[in-house]
Amino acid sequence: MLRLALKMLFGDRAKYGMLVCGLSFCALLMSQQTSVFCGLLLWTTATVRNIRVPIWVADSKVEQANEVVPMREIEVQRVRSVPGVQWAVPLFWGIQQARLPDGTFQAIQLTGLDGASLVGRPAIIRSGRIEDLRLPNAVIVDQVAISKFAKRGIRLKIGTVFEINDKEARVVGICETQRSFLGQPYVFTTYSRALEYAPPQRKLLSFILVQPKPGQDAGTLVRRISECSGLRAFESDAFSWGTLMWYVRNTGIPISFGTVVLLGLVVGIAIAGQTFYLFVHENMRFLAALKAMGATFGVLAQMVLLQAFTVGFIGYGIGVGIAAIFGNLVLQKGEPPFYMPWQILVFTGAVILVICSLSAAVGLVKIARTEAAMVFK
Amino acid sequence: MSASLSPQIAVRTVDLGKTFGKGEGTVHALKGVNFEALCGELLMIVGPSGCGKTTLLSVICGTLGHDTGSVTVFGQDLAQLSSGKLTAFRGKNVGFVFQQFNLIPTWTALENVSVPLLLNGSSHSDAQSASAELLREVGIGEKLHSLPTELSGGQQQRVAIARALVHRPRLLICDEPTAALDAASGRKVLELIKARVCSPERCVIVVTHDSRIFPFADRIAEMEDGQMKAVHSAGEWKALYV
Repeated sequence: MLRLALKMLFGDRAKYGMLVCGLSFCALLMSQQTSVFCGLLLWTTATVRNIRVPIWVADSKVEQANEVVPMREIEVQRVRSVPGVQWAVPLFWGIQQARLPDGTFQAIQLTGLDGASLVGRPAIIRSGRIEDLRLPNAVIVDQVAISKFAKRGIRLKIGTVFEINDKEARVVGICETQRSFLGQPYVFTTYSRALEYAPPQRKLLSFILVQPKPGQDAGTLVRRISECSGLRAFESDAFSWGTLMWYVRNTGIPISFGTVVLLGLVVGIAIAGQTFYLFVHENMRFLAALKAMGATFGVLAQMVLLQAFTVGFIGYGIGVGIAAIFGNLVLQKGEPPFYMPWQILVFTGAVILVICSLSAAVGLVKIARTEAAMVFK
Repeated sequence: MSASLSPQIAVRTVDLGKTFGKGEGTVHALKGVNFEALCGELLMIVGPSGCGKTTLLSVICGTLGHDTGSVTVFGQDLAQLSSGKLTAFRGKNVGFVFQQFNLIPTWTALENVSVPLLLNGSSHSDAQSASAELLREVGIGEKLHSLPTELSGGQQQRVAIARALVHRPRLLICDEPTAALDAASGRKVLELIKARVCSPERCVIVVTHDSRIFPFADRIAEMEDGQMKAVHSAGEWKALYV
């Protein structure tokens, strides 16, 4: 009977097509939009993922990774003095203006690494050597800088010279970084040179990067640093999550994406639910005939559920498949952001399952209420 | 099983009553109907529209509950059966031929016919082979894989009859089986039913308006206003009305 139930579904091509299209659209809208949302949020933690240290220390007022409240340089020494700290190094991070050879300006994320250790160095160096950062006026730029400069006709390569706040910067390497929320290129240099590039201020230290001693629990050390220094310390993962949640709480991003996802859900329920109801309604005479011939409600329920979940499965596959193709295409271009973890697939599948279950339930209620005797009317 | 029933009585109704609606809109569709259908006979139920023929048919085959009285089919009081058991009883013992055929349009003739067997637990291959054999016997062996829309009205009704008979039910219920057919096709359908179904252990009940098929009846039950007015033998009917 289940085989025949599928034939009944596939035989009504118009409704079958409508159901699959509705559910595909719903799955596409939800998976694509949630993936863009996740990608966008992931961009907000790019600095944490690019620098890669276990513990971050910032001013006590700092709430997230893209917020800088400058500290005094003495704070590095205070953190180093906290028991359990293996080492602690300063980090400069801030938005600066680069003046390109053609005279135009480009905002950059200037990242000043500790000159001795180069802790926080980019994970992937495409060309050049990280040690060359110690050369005079040396900077390493990322792939975003390459593409941004290229749009202005400037082919950035090792040896290219540009200016940061009227001071010369010479490219000694090209690296690869995680793209940031603001979309500005990362420019790496040493901490001391970053302070030269940055406009003079009394306080210029952005973050302190900390490594716990071997065997030292990072969570315990974070609490100890906060208590001893009065600064705010974060474990790397907590800093990333805190940053994500800050954007969720303080921006309209979740609402705008949530609205689209909700729209997908409503469209899915409206199209799939209504079409499936019509499908059951139009077949009610035949279902009643089956009921009269001895089909129990259980058999009819199995048939209807199989039909509902079959269109759900196909619609889900098509929708998520198109979203994945879209993601694959945009990832190569670098924008818009796209990140599709398995949780999105599970979430979308669960929503489609709910829509199909609701649609089937509406049909089953109608079947349950219909007397087999209607076949004689 | 009721011990009081004679084995040759297929269906018996006693003071059968059925009411639809409540208050001023109440319709008394059946008002104490008493009648018997015997094994081996083709009984036709006739009467004007709205007299309760279809309601009686629905109650007899257990697709509609009754309010008063009793209905016994092959010795089984239908009121004593739970919903599930009634469905199983119907699936095993009753075959249906509907006015509008009710063949599922997206299934082939073979698939439509195999449904009662599948519902009774037969395997797919057994159901297919038995259905194909029966379709050949009713004369449409070359249309096994045709959809209902590719068949003429007469052919569709043959498929419907094959579907009603494939699981060898003891009671065949036909609701206006010739209403959608021309005279020749209607006659052929009745000839088929008469030839293939009427046997000592089976009973056929046909509700019809079509006087052209009256000659095929063994007895004709006349209903009027929710009551059984009279039950005539074929000869009596012919003497009275022809």
